[in-house]
Amino acid sequence: MATAPVSHPDSHGHGHHQPGFVAKYLWSTDHKMIAMQYLFTGIAMGVLGGFFAYAFRMQLAFPGIAVPGFGIVGPNEYNRLITNHGAIMIFWVAMPVLIAAFGNYLIPLMIGCDDMVFPKINRLSYQIFLLSALVLIASFFVPGGAFGGAWTMYPPLSAKPEYNLTPLGSTLFVVAVALEFVAFLMGGINFVTTTMNSRAPGMRMYDIPIVVWMIVVASILFMASVGPLIAGAIMLLFDQNIGTAFFNPDKGGDPILWQHLFWFFGHPEVYVVLLPAVGIVAEIITVMSRKKLFAYRTVLYTTFGTGVLSFMVWAHHQFIAGIDPRMANIFTITTLLISIPIAEMMFVYIATLYGGSITLNTPMLWALSFIATFLIGGVTGIFLGASGADIYLHDTYFVLAHFHYTFFPIAIIGTFAGLTFWFPKMFGRMMNDTLGKIHFWGTIIPFNCIFIPLFVLGAAGENRRVYDFTNQPGLARPELRHLDQFATVALLIMLSFQLVFFYNLITSLLRGPKAEKNPWKSNTLEWTADSPPPHGNWPVLPTVYRGPYEYSTPGRDRDYWPQNEPK
Amino acid sequence: MSLHDHAHVEPGYEEHTHHGNYVRIWAILVVLLMVSVAGPFFGHPVVTLVTAFGIAFVKAYLVAKNFMHVNVAPRYVAYLVGTMLMFMLLFFAGAAPDVMKSAGSNWVKPAWVAAHEEAVAHPAAAAHGAGAHHE
Amino acid sequence: MSASPIATTRTAAGMPTGRLAVWWVIASEIVIFGGLLGSYIMFRLSHDAFGEHAAHTNMWIGAVNTLVLLTSSLFAVLGHKAADAGDGRKAAKFLYLTAAGGLLFASIKFGYEWPAEIHHGFTISSNTFWSFYYTAAGIHAAHVIGGVIIMLIIAPRAKRNLDLHRVELIGLYWHFVDVVWIFLFPLLYIAK
Repeated sequence: MATAPVSHPDSHGHGHHQPGFVAKYLWSTDHKMIAMQYLFTGIAMGVLGGFFAYAFRMQLAFPGIAVPGFGIVGPNEYNRLITNHGAIMIFWVAMPVLIAAFGNYLIPLMIGCDDMVFPKINRLSYQIFLLSALVLIASFFVPGGAFGGAWTMYPPLSAKPEYNLTPLGSTLFVVAVALEFVAFLMGGINFVTTTMNSRAPGMRMYDIPIVVWMIVVASILFMASVGPLIAGAIMLLFDQNIGTAFFNPDKGGDPILWQHLFWFFGHPEVYVVLLPAVGIVAEIITVMSRKKLFAYRTVLYTTFGTGVLSFMVWAHHQFIAGIDPRMANIFTITTLLISIPIAEMMFVYIATLYGGSITLNTPMLWALSFIATFLIGGVTGIFLGASGADIYLHDTYFVLAHFHYTFFPIAIIGTFAGLTFWFPKMFGRMMNDTLGKIHFWGTIIPFNCIFIPLFVLGAAGENRRVYDFTNQPGLARPELRHLDQFATVALLIMLSFQLVFFYNLITSLLRGPKAEKNPWKSNTLEWTADSPPPHGNWPVLPTVYRGPYEYSTPGRDRDYWPQNEPK
Repeated sequence: MSLHDHAHVEPGYEEHTHHGNYVRIWAILVVLLMVSVAGPFFGHPVVTLVTAFGIAFVKAYLVAKNFMHVNVAPRYVAYLVGTMLMFMLLFFAGAAPDVMKSAGSNWVKPAWVAAHEEAVAHPAAAAHGAGAHHE
Repeated sequence: MSASPIATTRTAAGMPTGRLAVWWVIASEIVIFGGLLGSYIMFRLSHDAFGEHAAHTNMWIGAVNTLVLLTSSLFAVLGHKAADAGDGRKAAKFLYLTAAGGLLFASIKFGYEWPAEIHHGFTISSNTFWSFYYTAAGIHAAHVIGGVIIMLIIAPRAKRNLDLHRVELIGLYWHFVDVVWIFLFPLLYIAK
């Protein structure tokens, strides 16, 4: 039961005096400002991670040649680049942008309240997150350099400096990841508590927009799965620095324990980042096709089911690590099963689009491409989920292409979809749609050109995470070298088109046409606030009368029916 | 000076935490503690197991029910805690088949095998030797 | 900006936001300790020698510490009862007693138990039993100290009848810390 909406109390009287720069931009507790902090930090880290990809792909395509803007990529540099590219993209791009930025921005606005329930803890979570990013970046400048033992940090490589050659870097890497976990635990508690308790009067469980549900479920999955890895990270830090042997088989430890601790979190983690992207797509396709979401409750229950099932599949990452083959059987079955609810959600989206009045603007293009590319990612996951096929495919470029066909839609397409869709609300201006479409095509086509060749390369047997194959010629496929070069050239093209996005972003921020409150004619509550919303979001908090997807309701003159309109 | 400076009940929201006899519960916990400490002296491994761990579960239940008031909280709290515990069982079930073995498909942990053989050969000496000195 | 947003006051889920948040914190902590202790149990059950290593932990100190934590939990819940009755002074008194229990726990552990064990040569890197012992008890002790610090922040305000609802919240956290020790005690001290 919620309190009645009240006129904004005068205790927010600071609106009468303008906060200084520091108070407004650096020390704010306003969820929208914190969201922006996460967003821009995530984008900056994305540029860094993309730069790393550029450097190591250039080495793969043109071995031994100095990479413009980087220099020679030697074997240690290569390992560092791939390690940190992976860690950055997952922990410092996908998570902050999809969960923290969109979650912080959208949740209070979409459920009709004035902020998160714990604004100061929210601010603290960003500060800890920023610290974690700085710790990771610091690892590049310490003696020995950054850690290069893969984002999965398997011991004994990650635990023994005599193996990884980066005593300080490997410690800082683990510390950075641990800090990031703490930041997201704090943030997650805010999201879940706010959504559970602070909804607008009249907003029942089934009136909550899907993206809010998705971010909440993602936060819960994160909270429930990260614990063992936090324990594991502490154990690894001790192994690295004070001589314990939790994971050292020579002294009574077990490296496989690390793998289990890591992947028990690692697998739910991919659903943690997937669900917000899926939610963003749901919001866009309903608005842009003027149609109700095909099966709201089905999507919801499927999401819950997926969440639970996601805890039961983790060892498919360890099929060839020597795990008990009977466990491999079980994990094969559960892994193949989990493809069903996700596929079903995609079908629900397609059914939502069917018969709709479709507008193919930039956000919609991104949303549609998410469905198409994620389907490829999901289908190729089936090959990998079957332990028999995985024996051959594990550690090849096939795996890499599979997870880029899932992560790229999640982190990149999902981000651009959400950003282009909510830009008018966030910044009060419209982005240029033509430039948006140019950016879209210039990203999507090259993306496919990068990774389809890598499927071929991987299926042919070429191994990943190998700097060069002089010592393991059996793992290489030199006759397919042209595929490497094709992929790298495609990457260069894709990276150049990102300039179009940044140009669009900056010019729209500065000179874009002013946005009205509800340019997309959407039903959800955030579009009833000003663009951009003030501190406190509304002078009077809204009341809700119906679900979020009443589009094209028969018998009404308009094709949308905002949640807060009484009739 | 915020609206929330003192313990308050929001309009329309009622809750009664029934404050029972906490000292009595504490006394029961202390007695259980003493039983669990006495358990090993009976010499039976099964008795020790029951008194040590069985009592641990009972004590945890008593604290959860009477001190944390789980029984008057909304039902989802109990489900939440139960679910987390289930996940821990799941983790154990998935990892134990590998972690608890000293050899598997194409691998062996030599130190585990050696420790096992030594423990079988010299039960007491192995522990004291390993415990008191750096291995 | 001292006022909480209206969001903080709403209770659609049937529980004040502070208490709801503490339960989520407890939930996430269950899996942290669960992962660590699950790993310990896996090692314990498969290393015959662990039982002999564990013989060197001092069960009597462990029992005393258990008694200390149980008693401090009693004080915590009595503080909650006082806070619910609006008696800030009494609630603060109980919070200070709870904190004292936590500090006693830490002093016994860090001031006597661990130095004695280290003196006997049982360090964190002696073998995997002792690695788990110090890590698990250490992480638990860190939570004890964290709880004490928070109590010392809440108690002075409670004494002036400010934010009395926080007495229950820190008590809830404290009971969780107590429950973790309830399981650590047999795992590390009794089972030999």
